Amino acid sequence: MAETTINKESRIDNGLFSNEIMLDINQLTKIYPTPKGDYVVLDDLDLKVKREEFISIIGHSGCGKSTLLTMIAGLNEISRGTIVADNTTVTGPGPDRGVIFQSPSLLPWLSAYDNVMLGVKQVFAHGTKKDRDDIVKYYLAKVGLEDAMFKKAKDLSQGMQQRVGIARAFALKPKVLLLDEPFGMLDSLTRGELQDVLVEVWNQEKITAIMITHDVDESILLADRVIMMTSGPRAKVGDILEIDFERPRNRAELIEHPDYYKYREHLINFLEH
Amino acid sequence: MKDKSINLLNFVGLGIFEPVVRLASGEEVKKNLSQLMKSIVFPILSILLFLLLWHVGANALYNTEKEFKIESARESGGEAAVKRELARIDSGESSINSLPSPIAVVGAFKTLIADHKEISAKKSAFLEKTAAMNEKREAQGLAPITYTGRPSFIDQVLTSLKTVFAGFFLALFLAVPIGMILGLSESLRASFNWLIQIFKPVSPVVWFLLVYMIVKSLTLTYDGDVSFIISFIAVGLCAMWATLVNTTLGVSSVDQDYINVAKVLNLSVGQKVFKIVLPSAFPLIFTGLRITVSVAWMVLIAIELLSQSPGLGTFVWEEFQNGANDSNAKIIAAMFVIGIIGFLLDRLMFSVQKLMTFTEA
Repeated sequence: MAETTINKESRIDNGLFSNEIMLDINQLTKIYPTPKGDYVVLDDLDLKVKREEFISIIGHSGCGKSTLLTMIAGLNEISRGTIVADNTTVTGPGPDRGVIFQSPSLLPWLSAYDNVMLGVKQVFAHGTKKDRDDIVKYYLAKVGLEDAMFKKAKDLSQGMQQRVGIARAFALKPKVLLLDEPFGMLDSLTRGELQDVLVEVWNQEKITAIMITHDVDESILLADRVIMMTSGPRAKVGDILEIDFERPRNRAELIEHPDYYKYREHLINFLEH
Repeated sequence: MKDKSINLLNFVGLGIFEPVVRLASGEEVKKNLSQLMKSIVFPILSILLFLLLWHVGANALYNTEKEFKIESARESGGEAAVKRELARIDSGESSINSLPSPIAVVGAFKTLIADHKEISAKKSAFLEKTAAMNEKREAQGLAPITYTGRPSFIDQVLTSLKTVFAGFFLALFLAVPIGMILGLSESLRASFNWLIQIFKPVSPVVWFLLVYMIVKSLTLTYDGDVSFIISFIAVGLCAMWATLVNTTLGVSSVDQDYINVAKVLNLSVGQKVFKIVLPSAFPLIFTGLRITVSVAWMVLIAIELLSQSPGLGTFVWEEFQNGANDSNAKIIAAMFVIGIIGFLLDRLMFSVQKLMTFTEA
């Protein structure tokens, strides 16, 4: 299985025009210097992500998943190699790569509305005030917060805060959406709800997305491809699994699908060995 | 109505009266009664106990001193001298200046208020009399005649408040901007750390002397109220450190998540400082300002005493030098006024802090 998926990967690599590749990661290496010598987190990692593709990255804690994501976001320095997002080499952070952090990272003293507006103002500086207002309200309504729009972020529950986080990321119309274990801090019920919200919004926006997760079911539900990373140090891509379910996906239907457990087993097998 | 008043009480920092409001609306009588006991009845009992101990202690001290006087009278002149001494003590001619009892303090407080009324009556009468004359003098280009009588106790309190607020705002306008700059730049923080560590523990008295040396030379030709200038600057410099250190800490320890948000959104430096860094440092800055107000009020008394600028410090010192029968009682009355004003200032800052800052859920 591993072999066939890698073959598919190389087919994508060779057969597609470069403008269909949204994100191109080439021989990416991250080294943290320590007193005992260099600690190599990522070693010559290659990955290509197509336009409008949703990939999820799964791997053990400490394998460098978050390092990879923060490097794509531009928040973490690249030691060697390149990251090209939409034909532009990444040199620093920017709103073209939206991030949904693990903790919602809202500014607690601002309302949900103002939190989203802060970014929208930055990205749509040339639009009219009415346009910006429409964008903010549209996305907050999308994530189910039309009634709590003007509540202060600190008065919202964790789940509600992460909904604002999702609205903020999508409202900026990024080219690439980076999700760093976005539901890791939530209880399982809320997590399910938010996964559904994310699936729904993503189905309409189709923004190229990279999500880091620990959750096997979450990857299958959301991703077109699941990237399995080897355990660090010197982590690289260990295996790639294509999830061939049709979109729009629905959690209840997926669980009934005979392939679901095949995918699940494949992922769990990789993680356990 | 009930919820509104509870919110208001909590907002001004008088949440201890919450059970009273809840009881008045007949809510959970048992729970609120025990809450009432804890938050109001017990504190009142402790105050009564304090007054009792004070009263007993003051009586004991008074009697010790009285007996000593009688004994020394007996030694020098026998029973006749004892009788004379007793009569002198009763008439107040021979004063016993020990710790005054609570009743004496209440009496002294009443005297101070009566005194204030008398002085303000005199003052307004004086102003009325001189109003016409001052108009004429002004027309002639002469300085108006001003009231130069003794200030009353209330006047002194107001002067002290004026000084403490001037000092507080000086501290605010020095410490917050400097703290922000130091908080934002690690190298500046490192280079000025020694200065802060050395000046922070310096005693108010020394600050006063330092300010005195500088201001005296700068105001040689100035004929305004130099002692006021010296005292408020000294108060401000003594009190600013808590705010400076807290602002630096608050600005330098902004949550990395917020900084990442600023980076991803490509916020400009100004936006980053005013939209993210400053609001997130507000809770610590206001904690610092609260400490600053308390410290300012505390050192004020000592500094006024040294600078001879009018105010509570001078009042206390003059009463002590005066040594009249009720001087000690007046000093203790002033002590309570100082304490209560300090408490109210702290509550005031607490409310401002609540209004201005977020608290994380």
